[in-house]
Amino acid sequence: MVANNKSDRTAILNAIRQHEVSDVELPDLNADWIEYDSPLEQFVQSLESVGGRVVRLESLDQLGQELEKLDSFATAKVRCSLVAGQGSPTFELNQVDDPHDLEDIDFALLSAELGVAENGAVWMTDDGVRHRAVFFIAQHLGVLLSASQIVSNLHQAYQRLESSTAFGLFMSGPSKTADIEQSLVIGAHGARSLTLFLLP
Amino acid sequence: MHAIEHAKEAKEFIESRGRATWHDSALWFVRAKRDKAAQSLPEWEILRETASQIKQHTASRLADYLEKFEANATRLGATVHWAATADEHNRIVMEILQKHGAKKVVKSKSMLTEECHLNPDLEAAGIEVVDTDLGERIVQLRQEPPSHIVLPAIHIKKAEVGEVFHQHLGTDAGADDPDYLTEAARQHLREKFCAADAGITGVNFAVAETGEFVVCTNEGNADLGTSLPPVHIACMGIEKLIPRQKDLGVFLRLLARSATGQPITTYSSHFRGPRSGCELHIILVDNGRSSILGREDFRRSLNCIRCGACMNTCPVYRRSGGHSYGTTVPGPIGSILAPARDPGQHHSLPFACSLCGSCTDVCPVKIDLHHQLLTMRGEVKKAGHLPALKRWGMWAMGIVLRRNWLYGFLGSVGRKLLPLIPRPLIYNRMNMWGRQRELPQTPAKSFRQLYRERYGRK
Ligand code: SF4
Repeated sequence: MVANNKSDRTAILNAIRQHEVSDVELPDLNADWIEYDSPLEQFVQSLESVGGRVVRLESLDQLGQELEKLDSFATAKVRCSLVAGQGSPTFELNQVDDPHDLEDIDFALLSAELGVAENGAVWMTDDGVRHRAVFFIAQHLGVLLSASQIVSNLHQAYQRLESSTAFGLFMSGPSKTADIEQSLVIGAHGARSLTLFLLP
Repeated sequence: MHAIEHAKEAKEFIESRGRATWHDSALWFVRAKRDKAAQSLPEWEILRETASQIKQHTASRLADYLEKFEANATRLGATVHWAATADEHNRIVMEILQKHGAKKVVKSKSMLTEECHLNPDLEAAGIEVVDTDLGERIVQLRQEPPSHIVLPAIHIKKAEVGEVFHQHLGTDAGADDPDYLTEAARQHLREKFCAADAGITGVNFAVAETGEFVVCTNEGNADLGTSLPPVHIACMGIEKLIPRQKDLGVFLRLLARSATGQPITTYSSHFRGPRSGCELHIILVDNGRSSILGREDFRRSLNCIRCGACMNTCPVYRRSGGHSYGTTVPGPIGSILAPARDPGQHHSLPFACSLCGSCTDVCPVKIDLHHQLLTMRGEVKKAGHLPALKRWGMWAMGIVLRRNWLYGFLGSVGRKLLPLIPRPLIYNRMNMWGRQRELPQTPAKSFRQLYRERYGRK
């Protein structure tokens, strides 16, 4: 689509180009960024410090019974899952046309590609996910991550990302706010809780 | 509009002693968290330096990068618009909304739309705009602007939030528990998200090489607000650009740590084109930025990633409150950006500063804030905006400080005379320094006398 305001475009670009701005080289980002002895342990610590919970699994078979132990899962009326064969879904995300239909999802089981030790964030994309609203609208989240996919820092994370999906996000713990007198409250607009299931 | 006098505007805030102290310590608490987060990374200083270089590099070929971004974003299916002024920006937003017949809009925190005064324009056209960040919603319901760029409601006490929620959201009278109030806001805003016809967001970083942009929030409001309605309008200043996707690693590591001491915001969403069947509009806004780019002394103020750290650490901001600046962006960085754009209206701001340099120390992109503030004072004087009292005072000081003998002489006269002068002659309207404080006791001997006595003539 072509934008309609051509003259503003030219005006802005000309206004910028008329200034000589001294050149500074673009740095290469090859510094000694932090590496943890155990990225896994650091990841767990970081995620817990931002309000997430971590459950370690020995294999995928355990997931079902660990999910059942979660109150948020056990009491969920509407469940949705992006992990094939898991999470006993009552709602098929990719079957609905309108994202507003996701409004009542109580629990969503998601799967992450990558975890970042320094900040407890996981990387997820809308690859095969018809409605990205699921990341934000579900009351509670479970996220599946394989421990082998944990890197120390964000630089390493970006090296591994492919930018081919329309949407991707780093999510670090459940949603939160401290806008009322700096008191931390978990559960602002997004998930009220985030439980990370860690596969070996 | 009349010129804003920072000291005058701050007066009311300071007069309530308890509030100023409370505000001061609330922000210092955030500053302390920032320190802890920064110290947790051995490479902190390298990160800052790298970020600064990336931003300066981008500024040196901004037009090229903007064109590249436009091409890549368009390739991803977004529509890119250009707005030279705030008015043009608002006009474009309006046009998009009207095209879709949008009547209800949810907006996530965007200092740019504040700067452009978008809300009143939309409301005048009969469009409901709801600010969805909790802090922003609080100030919106109170019909006031945010007082901080990251913590919009930092000046408001929980009892006052309770009051405004009781009035507008029907929470229990007198309730002030943050958990309870946040839950009420969640319910209230869920309805707004679900009913919205369009979502407006700001942009934290836009990547030239890929055409994507990143929005960072803790609450998830930008994300919820753009994943339900069919239209997403993203408004960004032209300085938000960075060259490569991997540069995001540098900036996302710095942003939240500097802002609130978190290792990263809860959500860092990467938008690469519209949702299928939906529209994504990106508006690139100049509104005075290109002219700041042309001023070498102030150019680096465009590096700003709006983390708020310079505000949290500023002794003047902490004690005078964000509203006293009368600008969208308050604090040290605002005291450069605002007078750079309109010196006539904002000339008092660079003087709301003790030149302590703390802002420069914490700035994640290494803007030489206090140097720029000092330089801006000179600009204000050159442009003839200094108030007469300050001008005469500076002129007289200049004469005295240039003459060693006169300085020594006046000092000795002062030491003898000051204790004898009747109070009203010292504590009057002319002497601003005597307003809320007592002058110190005059010593019997000057420093020079004491020094001479102790170390001899030299
Ligand atoms: S000037 Fe620096 S410290 Fe202040 S808000 Fe901008 S980036 Fe943060």
